[in-house]
Amino acid sequence: MKKITIDPVTRIEGHARIDIYLNEQGRVADTHFHVTQVRGFEKFTEGRPFYEMPSITARICGICPVSHLLASAKACDAIMSVSPPETAVLLRELIHCAQFVQSHALSFFHLSAPDLLLGFDSDPARRNIFGLIEDNPDMARAGVALRRFGQEIIEGLAKERIHPSWIVPGGVNAPLTAEVRDRILGGLPAARKLAVRTIEFFKTVLDNYAEEVAHFGTTPTLYAGLVDEQGNSQWYDGLLQFKDPEGRLVAADIRARDYPEFIGEASLKDSYLKAPYFKPLGYPAGVYRVGPLARLNASDGFGTAADAELAEFRQRCGSVVHSSFHYHYARLLELLHGLDKIERLLHDPGILGTHVRATAGVNCLEGVGMIEAPRGVLIHHYKVDENGAIRWANLIVATGHNSLALNRSVAQVAEHFIDGDHFKEGMLNRVSAVVRAYDPCLSCSTHADGTLALDVRVFKPHA
Amino acid sequence: MPEKVSIRIDGEYVAAHEGQTILEVARAGGKYIPTLCWLEGISSVGACRLCIVEVSGVGRLLPACTTPVQDGMSVTTQSEKLQHYRRIALEFLFAERNHQCAVCVSNNHCELQAMAQRLGVTSVRYPYAFPKLPVDLSHPRYVLDHNRCILCTRCVRVCAEVEGAHVWDVGGRGTRSLIVCDMNRPWGDAVNCTNCGKCVQVCPTGALAEKGFAVEEMVKHDRNITRLAARRGGPA
Ligand code: SF4
Ligand code: SF4
Ligand code: FES
Repeated sequence: MKKITIDPVTRIEGHARIDIYLNEQGRVADTHFHVTQVRGFEKFTEGRPFYEMPSITARICGICPVSHLLASAKACDAIMSVSPPETAVLLRELIHCAQFVQSHALSFFHLSAPDLLLGFDSDPARRNIFGLIEDNPDMARAGVALRRFGQEIIEGLAKERIHPSWIVPGGVNAPLTAEVRDRILGGLPAARKLAVRTIEFFKTVLDNYAEEVAHFGTTPTLYAGLVDEQGNSQWYDGLLQFKDPEGRLVAADIRARDYPEFIGEASLKDSYLKAPYFKPLGYPAGVYRVGPLARLNASDGFGTAADAELAEFRQRCGSVVHSSFHYHYARLLELLHGLDKIERLLHDPGILGTHVRATAGVNCLEGVGMIEAPRGVLIHHYKVDENGAIRWANLIVATGHNSLALNRSVAQVAEHFIDGDHFKEGMLNRVSAVVRAYDPCLSCSTHADGTLALDVRVFKPHA
Repeated sequence: MPEKVSIRIDGEYVAAHEGQTILEVARAGGKYIPTLCWLEGISSVGACRLCIVEVSGVGRLLPACTTPVQDGMSVTTQSEKLQHYRRIALEFLFAERNHQCAVCVSNNHCELQAMAQRLGVTSVRYPYAFPKLPVDLSHPRYVLDHNRCILCTRCVRVCAEVEGAHVWDVGGRGTRSLIVCDMNRPWGDAVNCTNCGKCVQVCPTGALAEKGFAVEEMVKHDRNITRLAARRGGPA
C-alpha cells in the first residue's frame, strides 16, 4: 500500500483519522475510521467526591460543557436522591437550550456552512468561516450573532461562558434576576428572525445537493431520542425511546437508570470509541443514531411554533429521514425550537423563584443522569461508596452512539465519491463532510481534549 | 518588660523587642513578606520557606516567621535572590501534589493560588510528581484531599493549640509525608474530633473543605481563628 496524500481537515471538534484503501482499479476497497486519542477519564475520577463530577466532567469538552454539567448533576441528584426545586429545573432547561443554540450555530455556520455555501469542490484555502465572511457576509454574521446570543444567556446565568460552575448537584447555585431575563427576552425576536432566515436560505440550496443527500450515510438505522409524555422531543428530562427505520416504536419509556437493559457497548478494533448498540437486536444489527436528525425521527414533534417548519421538513424529506446529510436541516430546526423554548421558559412564572438548590448527602450508591446533548443522548453513570467517593464511572457520549453509523456513512461516501484515477481534493472533503454532518465531538468521545483535526489518508496499491 | 532592640529592615531602622520574630516586626512596620504556613494566632513552624529573608552576615536565607530579632540585625526582605528562591519553593509545592485549580473547591479563594499570582509563578519548571493520593471522605461534614495539601500544618496547629483536640499530625517522611488523623485512621473514625471545622477554615488551599461544595464555592474564614486566639492570649 502506498500513501498518496495526507490531508488534515479541520472544522471538526476533536481528533480523528480516516484511512481509505483503494484497489487496482482506483476504487475504494475499504475504509477505517480511527479516533486517535486515549480514554482514561473514568479512571482518574476514581476516589473523587461525587459532587465534584460536574465540574470535572465539564472539562472533557470545551464546546458543550453545559451538557456534561447537566448530565453529571442529574447523576449526582440521583445519588443524593433529591429532586431539584422547580425553579432550578427551569433554569437548567434554560441554560441547556442556550447551549443548543450556540452549539448548533457553531456546527452549522462555522463548520458546515463553508461546504454548503461555497461548495464542496471550492478552493480548500478559502473553504472556511473566513471565506464565508467574504462571500456571504450576512450568513456569517447570522452565525456569529446566534452563537453569541446563546453564549450570552449562558454567561448571564452562569457568569462564565465556558465551564460554568453554576450548575451544581441538587440544582443551580444562584437564581435568575429579572434584569437578565428581560435582557434575554429583548434579544429573542432578532435571534428568531435570523434562524428563520437561515432555514429559508438552506431550503433554497438543498436541491443543489441531491447527490450528497443520496449518498451521505443513507443506510437505515434505528433512531433514539428523549421524549416527554406527549411524544415531543425533550432535551432535559425525557424518557428514552427507540424507533425502527420504518418509524415504529421498538422500545419506549426508558428511564435513565434502565439504560443498561437497552444499550450494550462493543469495543471497536480501529478506534478508542466504544460502540453502543441497541441490546435487544444485538451487535451489530442494533445500530442506531442519535442527535438532531435522530431526535426528529424518534419523536412526534417539538411542541413549539417550530412544528410548522418540522411539518415542511417531513413533507420534503419523509416522516423518517435516513440521509445523514439532513442532520444539517434538523439542526437548524432545533435551533429554532431552542429559541421558542427559551421564550416559553422565560415566561414561566416560576423562572424567577429563589429556591434553587436542594442539599443532601449520599442516599443512593448509584446514579445515572441522561439528557439530550446537542449531538445526542448523553449518559453519565456513577457508583460511589457510602462516603460518596466515586468507585466507578461510565460515560456514553453522543458520538459514541453514532460511531457505528458514522463508520458506515464514511464507507458509503468514500465508495461513491472517490475515484483514485481522477483524484480531486473535493472527494476527500466530502468524506470529512459526512463526519461533520454528525457534528461529532471526538475529543469528548475519547475523553481527552486536544486540537481539532481530522486526517483523511488515502492508500493505493503499489504500482 | 522584654528588652528593646533596634534592627534595620530594608535599610530602615525599626524598634522591636527581644523575642519578636523578624516577620512580626516587619508586619508591624507595614512591610510585606510572603507567607503560607504562618497564621497569626497559632505557633510558627517555618514549613513553607516562603518568608525567607536575607540577614547580613548570615550565609543562609532565614525564615522570617521563626527567626527572632537580634539587636543590630540588618534584614533584606525583597531582592532578586529572594524572589528566585521563593518562586522555587512555590513551584515545588505545586509539583509535589496534584493541583487542578479549574475543578477545585477553592479556585479563586486559595492562598496558594493567590501567592502564585503574586509572585508571578505562571508555570512550573520542575517535573510534576503526580503522586497517587487518597481523598478522605469519611467525615460526615468535611473532606480531606491530600492532592491539594501543601503540608503547611496549620490544621495540625490550630486543632492542637486552639481547639485543644490534637486530631492531626504529620505522618511519613520526606515526600511521602501526609497529614494523618488520630494515629492514622479515617477522619470519620477520629475519637477526638469535635467537628468544629477550625482546620477547614485555616487550611490555605482546597485540601480541607466542607462537603458538598462545588467548584469555587469554598471560602475560608481564617481571621476568626486569629481573633479567637488573640482573645485567649496568643499561641500556646
Ligand atoms: S488548592 Fe489552590 S492551588 Fe491547589 S488546586 Fe485548589 S485552587 Fe489550585
Ligand atoms: S490540610 Fe490544609 S492546613 Fe492541613 S497541612 Fe494540608 S494544606 Fe495545610
Ligand atoms: S511562612 Fe515562614 S516558613 Fe512558611
